[in-house]
Amino acid sequence: MIAFLIKRLMHAVLVMFVISVLAFAIQDNLGDPIQQMVGQSVPESERDALRERLGLNDPFMVQYVRFAKNAVQGDFGYSYFYREPALGVIARHLPATLELVFAATLIIVLLSVPIGVYSAIKPRSIISRFFMGASIIGISIPVFLTAIVLIQIFSIGITVSIFPESTGWGAWLNGFFSTQGNMPSFGRGYDLVHVVGHWDTNLATWNGLQHLVLPAISLASIMLPLFIRLIRAEMMEVLQSEYVKYARAKGISMRRVYFVHALKNTMLPVITVGGVQIGTMVAYTILTETVFQWPGMGLMFLDAINRADIPLIVAYLMIVGVIFVVTNTIVDLIYGFVNPTVKLTGKPA
Amino acid sequence: MTLKKTLLASIIGATMVGGAMLPLTASAETLRIGYSADPETLDIHEQLSGGMLRFSHLAFDPLVRWTKDFDFEPRLATEWEQTDDTHIRMTLREGVTFHSGNEFTAKDVVWTIERLQESPDYKAIFEPIASAEAIDDYTVEITTTEPYPLMLNLATYIFPMDSQFYTGETDNGNDKAEIVKAGNSFASRNISGTGPFRLTDRRQGVRVDFERFEDYWDTETEGNVSSIVLTPISENASRVAALLSGGVDFIDAVPPNDLERVRESGDVELIEVPGTRIIGFQLNQEKVEAFQDVRVRQAVDLAINQEGIADRLMRGFATPAGQFSPEGYSGHNPDLVPRYDLERAQELMAEAGYEDGFTVDMIAPNNRYVNDAQIAQAVANMLSRINIRVNLRTMPLAQYWPEYDTRQSDIAMLGWHSDTEDSANFFQYLSFCIDDETGAGQYNYGNYCNEEIDALVTEADSVTDLERRNEMLREAEAMLYEDVGFVMLHWQNLAYAAANGVDIEPVVNAIDFPYLGDLVISR
Repeated sequence: MIAFLIKRLMHAVLVMFVISVLAFAIQDNLGDPIQQMVGQSVPESERDALRERLGLNDPFMVQYVRFAKNAVQGDFGYSYFYREPALGVIARHLPATLELVFAATLIIVLLSVPIGVYSAIKPRSIISRFFMGASIIGISIPVFLTAIVLIQIFSIGITVSIFPESTGWGAWLNGFFSTQGNMPSFGRGYDLVHVVGHWDTNLATWNGLQHLVLPAISLASIMLPLFIRLIRAEMMEVLQSEYVKYARAKGISMRRVYFVHALKNTMLPVITVGGVQIGTMVAYTILTETVFQWPGMGLMFLDAINRADIPLIVAYLMIVGVIFVVTNTIVDLIYGFVNPTVKLTGKPA
Repeated sequence: MTLKKTLLASIIGATMVGGAMLPLTASAETLRIGYSADPETLDIHEQLSGGMLRFSHLAFDPLVRWTKDFDFEPRLATEWEQTDDTHIRMTLREGVTFHSGNEFTAKDVVWTIERLQESPDYKAIFEPIASAEAIDDYTVEITTTEPYPLMLNLATYIFPMDSQFYTGETDNGNDKAEIVKAGNSFASRNISGTGPFRLTDRRQGVRVDFERFEDYWDTETEGNVSSIVLTPISENASRVAALLSGGVDFIDAVPPNDLERVRESGDVELIEVPGTRIIGFQLNQEKVEAFQDVRVRQAVDLAINQEGIADRLMRGFATPAGQFSPEGYSGHNPDLVPRYDLERAQELMAEAGYEDGFTVDMIAPNNRYVNDAQIAQAVANMLSRINIRVNLRTMPLAQYWPEYDTRQSDIAMLGWHSDTEDSANFFQYLSFCIDDETGAGQYNYGNYCNEEIDALVTEADSVTDLERRNEMLREAEAMLYEDVGFVMLHWQNLAYAAANGVDIEPVVNAIDFPYLGDLVISR
């Protein structure tokens, strides 16, 4: 176990090293940060002085070694735009993103398990077919569109008038399909509760939760169909296996067979995929956070790219790399707990 | 099914509660703003940008400010007098206090002007000023090196800072007055101005909070905004959605694609203002020999249908231009209008010996100006009709400027706003013969050079008789028009939108600095 963790730690260091080299190598193509920092009429001599002060005129290796020296001591450089250490900026934006990912994960878990299991048990029922069809559509709609549609329906509101207003049923249908809006469409709201350090939470107040709902749904919308289909497929396979047939033959209640014996084995591959997907989801938040102006890491990263805020870009990429390594490690640990036959160190038993 | 119903019920519940809470959160005097960006720093001299100047008008007051019709309105300076060619004497308002409680006097003005002369971004603009001197507590005399007609234009940029507040050393030994770009200076974190609003909280990139300054000197204004919450919403569609859903009361930069939608919504009001930023193209004479021929340049200008672009591509969200200066500017010449004439353009190409045309590269940004990439595409198509085949490359802003600076392409797109709100600035930066010593023609991509125009504009800049000066600048515009030193397209309009009852029309202007201290909200 210790050996495994140490190995993973070394992985993380290696990942950070490779990412930092890559990020540094492409920085010249990210644009000129000076242009964003000065007014249009500033003469070239002033620009050069600023470039010199920020060390942008040095050769690649000099810049990289300087960066690496500081990075080893935990100093990832200074964001040009925020005028403070890049790591601090990321730490400030991290909780918002993690809360969003947490809320989306909660939605995915709470919906995908029951729906997936149900449609595996009753594959021919109308409800199952509906969910399978819906999941195909859901998987193909880009998150941008989902978000805009959600905002239109629940924040701005829509007025439906396709049914004849004069008839009673028409008016009722029009009213039924029209929405009032009023859900918040941007930001985290002003009603956050401070927890600790940089962490202000949306989860503690009604207003905060309202702000969280739409972004979380649109973020969840990409992964939800995937998990429904995955759980259904795994469950159907498990239900064909010998031990389930045996359990049935033994007369164990179907509920217990489904939810205890079968589900446990269904979840093994789901956990693996899920772990990787949570990492991906952190990346997907860039789109969701942009549309909903959610002040998390994704929005921060996109702004940093637009401003060519190179230190922040490099630090962000390295942190995301670490998040991937950490989630994968946790997944492997959980895997070990769920299935004790799996050896973490990879040595033959 | 039950699940769906529960979901629906909870959403309806949320909607109702949200609706019930609305009047509480939006009390009559709180203004919630959704701007496309928040101020980069609190030090108003660190960066010269539209966003910083907007912020300056909230937390500070200028000596004078522009009215909607490009006249000067007294603010912290109540009177001014040109005592001779190089001296201007200003009388300052009495009884003005800074947010820190310090009293505003002439020495704050002197201190601010001296700081502006140190600022990398303002240095060039404030070059004409030799010195500023406090005659007494409420009189300041400004001396220029040469006769300078634009002293009042400069005064719109002088937002007096609290010299006492910004003097001294911080705990770690730095000068409180220092200007550090992208650094952690005292002035970038602390603020004391005289403006209508006092900054109370700031989380960069998330929100900025202001309260009305209780001791504000202008007690005659009808403005009744007691607090402001400014949220930066950079995504166009999200900003519009935030306004339509009632999340904010006031937004800037409504995108052309959403104009119709905002206009037709009953709950919000759209205000369009003709802007002052000229959009156009520069023909690189260094790279393409043909562009040295005035007939070819004229042909390019004649082949472009400015009206069509403004009308269809911009959906009326632009004013077609035949010159740099928009209406209201000193050098605006009403005779110079777009002159689309394809046949004449083809003739000119033939006369110049380029009937079969040639192939050129063109670069344009794709996220800087309204519809920039589409405009470039349209212009490329129009040029193909006079057999100029265009290879267009568009790129995001961060990559565009470094590319622009190399001057390696044949045609480049540029938008320019005159920092002095005056016509001469356009010439000095965009069409003057390039001179690395003086910095003239810094953005003259095409290396265009017409010494007659340069001489005329330079002379105009030392004429203090404004009527004569305007006449000279109008003449310069006409010469440039004939010589096609810059291919003009249009002035990009400005569009603001606000919730009903938020009466923004009187406080917005072509300069893009809403005077929110005077904003009246009646709900």
